[in-house]
Amino acid sequence: MGEILQNLAVGFATALSPDVLVYAFAGCLVGTLVGVLPGVGPLAGISLLLPVTFGLNATSAIVLLAGIYYGAMYGGSTTSILMRIPGEAASVMTCIDGYAMTQKGRAGAALAIAAVGSFVAGTLSVVALMLLAPPLAEFALRFGPPEHFALLMLGLLVLAYMTSGPITRSLTMAALGLLLGMVGMDTMTGLFRFEYGLSELGDGIGIVPVAVGLFGISEILLSAGRATRVDVRAPRLRELLPNRQEWRASAGPIGRGTVLGFLIGILPGPGHIISSFVSYSIERRLSKHPERFGQGAIEGVAGPESANNSATSGALVPMLALGLPSGAVPAIMLAAMMIHGIAPGPLLIQEQPQLFWGVIASMYVGNAVLLILNLPMVGVFVNILRVPYSYLYPSLLAFATLGVYAVNNSVIDVWIMAGAGVVGYILRKLDYEIAPIILGLVLAPMLELNFRQSLAMSAGSYSIFFTRPIAVVMLAIALTLLLLGLRSAFSRAAHARSYLDPEPSPEPGRKQS
Amino acid sequence: MRSLTIDHVAGAFFTAFALGVLWETQKIPFGFLAEPGPGAMPTLLASTLLACSIALIIGGRSGKRVAAVQWLEWRHAVAILGTCAFMALALERLGYRLTIFIALLVLVAVLERKGWIAGIVFGACFSLGSYYLFNALLHVPLPQGPLGL
Repeated sequence: MGEILQNLAVGFATALSPDVLVYAFAGCLVGTLVGVLPGVGPLAGISLLLPVTFGLNATSAIVLLAGIYYGAMYGGSTTSILMRIPGEAASVMTCIDGYAMTQKGRAGAALAIAAVGSFVAGTLSVVALMLLAPPLAEFALRFGPPEHFALLMLGLLVLAYMTSGPITRSLTMAALGLLLGMVGMDTMTGLFRFEYGLSELGDGIGIVPVAVGLFGISEILLSAGRATRVDVRAPRLRELLPNRQEWRASAGPIGRGTVLGFLIGILPGPGHIISSFVSYSIERRLSKHPERFGQGAIEGVAGPESANNSATSGALVPMLALGLPSGAVPAIMLAAMMIHGIAPGPLLIQEQPQLFWGVIASMYVGNAVLLILNLPMVGVFVNILRVPYSYLYPSLLAFATLGVYAVNNSVIDVWIMAGAGVVGYILRKLDYEIAPIILGLVLAPMLELNFRQSLAMSAGSYSIFFTRPIAVVMLAIALTLLLLGLRSAFSRAAHARSYLDPEPSPEPGRKQS
Repeated sequence: MRSLTIDHVAGAFFTAFALGVLWETQKIPFGFLAEPGPGAMPTLLASTLLACSIALIIGGRSGKRVAAVQWLEWRHAVAILGTCAFMALALERLGYRLTIFIALLVLVAVLERKGWIAGIVFGACFSLGSYYLFNALLHVPLPQGPLGL
């Protein structure tokens, strides 16, 4: 414990240095704006803003991106409560009771509880992240190439299993991402693959242009041509105080949402979205008056908002401790670390203590900044919605192009971004989850290297994957998930065929966060 | 065609893509099963993609129909992609500021019909402002055009 406090002190020394503090504040501010704006979720926001971090050092870059990530969770609740417009997908559940409270004249209390719940959950989950990540990383130091290969397979399969829709779809997307990751020089032999004479592809397809295209450009294309007149009414400062009964009713949901969100966030998949849905249904089930849910129950705001904030810290556990992104946002943050020359993995905490503890400390600071920032400035943030989309999306498009080009000063990357944008647009119209593509692209080189190193270790014997206990357990879990997913996919298809005319799913091209 | 589901169409596309990749991997040394070469993993992954695509086609008979997908925003989307292509082509030829100015002018004034003055003011402010932010403050080198623009 003493060592943790000592490390944390080092972290705070980094986090409270003026430049890092400025980036934490900027990340929180931009994240809140990203969360407030419908159509720009945390994923698209981070993808589009990733290039801003290129001129920064690694710590400032991760602090800025982490600030955007959890700032978006805060910001998403504002429009959900005031206008029934979820700023990002994790705030959908907040719309139900948050907006009902607004209609009853309790918008201020809903906003305050959402902000306080987010602050408590955000802070407590950072404590859990701080306590859990170092021992997990130490445990992972025992891993050799077979265990790493098994872990990567497990990560991909858990994500495929947790993603909405049949597993065959998400596996197809993951395989596509992994295949894209095969482009470029083979690290073991130096042979170039699929580069077709383009020297820019020698280092492989960049994560940044693919991420910006898949999430940012596809979002712009999906939202193209929409009308954006919104009626905005923000509560006054004195209306923001919840009454005693509302405070009391919120305490339990905030606590439960924090624990639940953190645990779900660790698992691969869209944890911040799933956790808010699970939290809402648990609170409704535990309530003595479930009929109040949907009519303005404060528990329906406190639980989901705490859960989705806690999940963001949970998602950082496997990323910082193991170098394994649990979803698309951590994958992009991992890419940012690699761009800055930081090797992700279990050694990160030992080799880059300033970065790890600096990020942890900045998250404490960021949560406090968000609480201070969000409540008094709620009126300013909702006014952002008045910016016409016809000016917003051209700015985002230009910004994306600038950022993608700036990574390698390569026009090929801009073409890749545009291509990925088209692919993302079509796949999202067809209701395909695109997060596994980016995860596959990030993990492909590691997967191949560990696979071939394992076989080199065992002189070509595949038994190495089945004789080492940690690897065999992880592969067994992965195989079980695969079989369960396939069974569910085919039984669902068989069940649907028993109906004469299946109903189409209601909302093509829904937002992915 | 109208009875095809989205999984049929996507599955067919990915099957063709996987077969294309498998064809291309023939040019890369596979190595041996015990000692995989640079072509082994792409072959394995393309085979996995092929299997998944076939599973999509088989399991997708009862899913949503392709005809049910609406593409109402396609005109805007094509115009935005056209602007993207223009930026990729012009960035190193015309320079950052001129390229972004023209792209934003077209999007705001022509596509969004906000008027030429709004387009010119917005395009000029954004291109010059972002150039200053990235080039001067963040030291990110951006391409300059023939007239130093």
